[in-house]
Amino acid sequence: MKKEYDVIIVGAGPAGSMAARYSAVQGISVLMLEKDRDVGYPVRCGEAISKGGIEEFITIDQRWISTPINKFSFISPGGIEVVIPLEEQGYILERKIFDYALAESAAKEGAEIQTRAYVYDLIIENGKVSGVKVEIAGEKKEIKSKIVIGADGVESRVGRWAGLKTYTDFRDMESGTQVTASNINVDQNTCYFYFGKDVAPQGYLWVFPKGNNLANIGLGVSGIIGKKKSALSYLNDFMDSKFPNAPVLTRVAGGIPCTITLEKIVSDGLMLVGDAARQINPLSGGGIASGMIGGSIAGRVAGEAVKMNKLDHIYQYESDWHNRLGKRHKTFDNIKNGIFHFTDEKFNNIAKSVAKVEVDQRSIGNVFKVALFNNPSLMLDVAKAFFKK
Amino acid sequence: MIEILPNKCDFCGCCVGVCPEDAIELKEAEIKIIEPLCTNCSKCIWACPIEVIKFNRNGVKAAS
Repeated sequence: MKKEYDVIIVGAGPAGSMAARYSAVQGISVLMLEKDRDVGYPVRCGEAISKGGIEEFITIDQRWISTPINKFSFISPGGIEVVIPLEEQGYILERKIFDYALAESAAKEGAEIQTRAYVYDLIIENGKVSGVKVEIAGEKKEIKSKIVIGADGVESRVGRWAGLKTYTDFRDMESGTQVTASNINVDQNTCYFYFGKDVAPQGYLWVFPKGNNLANIGLGVSGIIGKKKSALSYLNDFMDSKFPNAPVLTRVAGGIPCTITLEKIVSDGLMLVGDAARQINPLSGGGIASGMIGGSIAGRVAGEAVKMNKLDHIYQYESDWHNRLGKRHKTFDNIKNGIFHFTDEKFNNIAKSVAKVEVDQRSIGNVFKVALFNNPSLMLDVAKAFFKK
Repeated sequence: MIEILPNKCDFCGCCVGVCPEDAIELKEAEIKIIEPLCTNCSKCIWACPIEVIKFNRNGVKAAS
């Protein structure tokens, strides 16, 4: 390890690895620091992603695919199931191996990687972020850099040390918990989503198969719900009623910041990517693909800034991100806020009207049209969502 | 004061993500409240997915 790098990345998840790869490929010196002993573990994720979300960055490899997905199933509070065939294939990943592969792809471009490296502060000189203070296996060090990229996840503090407001309002934080359980006898190519006030109010519960009847079963509920009943308690209730004797192989907790991107994701010498920047799709809670997109843009812009010797150029990342996804996330966030207030009756009415459509006629777009046509009040909610600033 | 039960904590960082005061420090499998910064606002308690953060009335001046 050197004493100084062009770019230091804090966190080696998908966003960090893409930031490392897209900056290193430009021939500059890059160091990626990971606080845990392993890249990719523990996995705090439902592991679902679209084919396009992966293929933009890496060739599909069966080593990190658990199962392909070709259908979504939505289950209303009253138990009405609506199955929708997907136009674009999806996958449930094996994130432990996937994250490794992404970090390897950064290493191949020349990025250095250090695990068990806990960044506890930033070096700030003349108001500009100029490196990190890091504890590597108990030993404290200072490493300088022209640019620091914070990819330190939902628990990010790097941005705060540079003066950015990075915490998420607890109402927008989905408190999540998940088990990976065996003997879950569901279709192995269908992702299941459960809605309703008894299952996961102001959120949803997912059952994502991983092949051989193994499945990720988890849920997220808004912090405002967690005030009265925790995510863990909702998940225990669901498992007791649906899969009472399923052996649990993994149990994790996690926060899913379902909100728009932070107002500022760049300050002098610092860029934030992935969950740290709140780049999750606020409607679905999915953040692997959007994190990789955010990371890749930041990495490219950081590399350009170093090569041009013009560090102000990193502010370009903000507009590039908003043009690619940030603006769309604002619309998704408005829709999410509409759905948050759906009653169980409304969910059931939508499911009933969509269930009348023949399965082969059900695309996401078509289902949306039918739902709107048969539930005029839904039209108002969606209109509000789209036109709200 | 707010307490995190270390034996039950999963170190997921959800609490850190909602803390307005930057008053929680999380390492790989270590977590602590930075007490001088904590305002007892309780948002971490509500956000914790697995009920491992508790409000301990000991040490807090009772309202009169």
